[in-house]
Amino acid sequence: MEIAVSEVPDPTRCAAASTPAVVVRDVAMRYPGQRGGEAIDVLQHINVDVCRGEFVCFVGLSGCGKTTLLNVIAGFLTPTEGQVLIEGELVRHPDPRRIFIFQEGGVFPWLTVFENVGFGLGGKTPVARGELIQHYLEMVGLTGCERLYPRELSGGMRQRVEIARALASNPEVIFMDEPFGALDYFARFKMREDLIRIWRQERKTILFVTHDIDEAVQLADRVVVLGRRPATVEAIVPIELERPRHLNSTAYLQIRDRILGAMGMQLDH
Amino acid sequence: MTVSAEKAGLRSAVILPLGVAGVFLLTWDVVVRFSGSELFPKPFDVGKGLVELFQKGLLFKYVVASLFRVTWGFALAVLVGVPGGLALGWFRRAHEAFNPLIQGLRPISPIAWIPLAILWFGVSDAAPIFLIFLASVFPITVAAAAAVKNVPTVYLRAARNFGLSPQQLFGRVILPATLPQILTGLRIALGVAWLVVVAAEMIAVNSGLGYLIIDSRNAGKRYDLVVAGMIMIGVIGWLLDLLMRQMERIQAVGWAYGNRGE
Repeated sequence: MEIAVSEVPDPTRCAAASTPAVVVRDVAMRYPGQRGGEAIDVLQHINVDVCRGEFVCFVGLSGCGKTTLLNVIAGFLTPTEGQVLIEGELVRHPDPRRIFIFQEGGVFPWLTVFENVGFGLGGKTPVARGELIQHYLEMVGLTGCERLYPRELSGGMRQRVEIARALASNPEVIFMDEPFGALDYFARFKMREDLIRIWRQERKTILFVTHDIDEAVQLADRVVVLGRRPATVEAIVPIELERPRHLNSTAYLQIRDRILGAMGMQLDH
Repeated sequence: MTVSAEKAGLRSAVILPLGVAGVFLLTWDVVVRFSGSELFPKPFDVGKGLVELFQKGLLFKYVVASLFRVTWGFALAVLVGVPGGLALGWFRRAHEAFNPLIQGLRPISPIAWIPLAILWFGVSDAAPIFLIFLASVFPITVAAAAAVKNVPTVYLRAARNFGLSPQQLFGRVILPATLPQILTGLRIALGVAWLVVVAAEMIAVNSGLGYLIIDSRNAGKRYDLVVAGMIMIGVIGWLLDLLMRQMERIQAVGWAYGNRGE
């Protein structure tokens, strides 16, 4: 089987629209050396196109620069070389049209669930706000938790609040940086299932970073495999399996092995 | 809660502390009787002393005088320390510029400032107010600055992502995130302020609980009144701390202490 690598962008791939939603062009990132040490190249020649409504996972070994790449695409970091375009617009800084969901959890502990979800809805009337908040709380399964504070929730419920907060402000793109990394096995499973359901309802473009290959294969339309530092795109693996995907099907295992191969790793069967 | 558990709760919350206090008073009484001291008062003498002070109207007057000074000194320290500390925590340059000076001034006991306070303000309320201000402004400033530095980056990034203006960032993220730690700083500062007012009143003024203690000793060795004054200082200091603890229950900061009323 052949692996499609992104080095040559294919403008015809995103069928629904004339331009892709997210375009990453020749992005390189170099951190200056600490205390006279050598500069560290983290990313090199990264090229990725993401279509509107597409779910793309970025996988790679710990410390390979996947989080750095997501931060560059979201505008939290400025790349040393290259550029990121979202909806044709050069990304220079974070923007409410593109919401980042943080690995360490970004819900505000001093606000209730209700207030957290409404955080990005400043311009709306109270009635419209309330309706939107209730709508997204229902979508993430937290109806009835409005008045609770984050510390009264489990880790999974807090991530649900953050997802609802992101959706409520109606962004074009959602970035997720290992959002389920801190959850237990079963919670992670349920969250993936719910995330797919929500993504199908909302049709947002999602860029999702994980080191968990199973997670990537379960969620993504395409998986971008990053190599060791300085990371380049080793492979872009499309996943055309029907959802829900079964973890022990042959097709699933083949795709998983292909991703592992692209990472330069092998599992002995 | 079951009846027996309630009884156990009552026992540990009320009966045990009362028992300890009773044993303390009894030991005090017995030791003074055995030593045959003429000057050191027994608990009962101190009680009579408190009644005497109350009947003369001195007790109320001195308590009010001390609280008045603490209120003003502490309020000024809050007005300077909270905004100053928040600014130091936010602007790295300001912190670099001012921190050495603050760290150098902070270890100087407010008591060491008494001669200068008298030189500048004479024997008036301004002198102890100045000393209380000095005593409480540093803990408040340091707590506020540390609180800002401790705001997790993820909250600032989330706020940036939602496109908050600097004013909104301050009002909706920095202030609520730092309030609990600032409040803890205020509580510590008020405790220090109450320690300092007594010392300041022993030297710089002619009223207040500190003055009561030193005056009772100097004018007739009335050690019953000395101890009565000490007890009043202890009780009021305790009440002030309870008051500050109550503030930790208000909703704006309750999230950080985990004691929100259900």
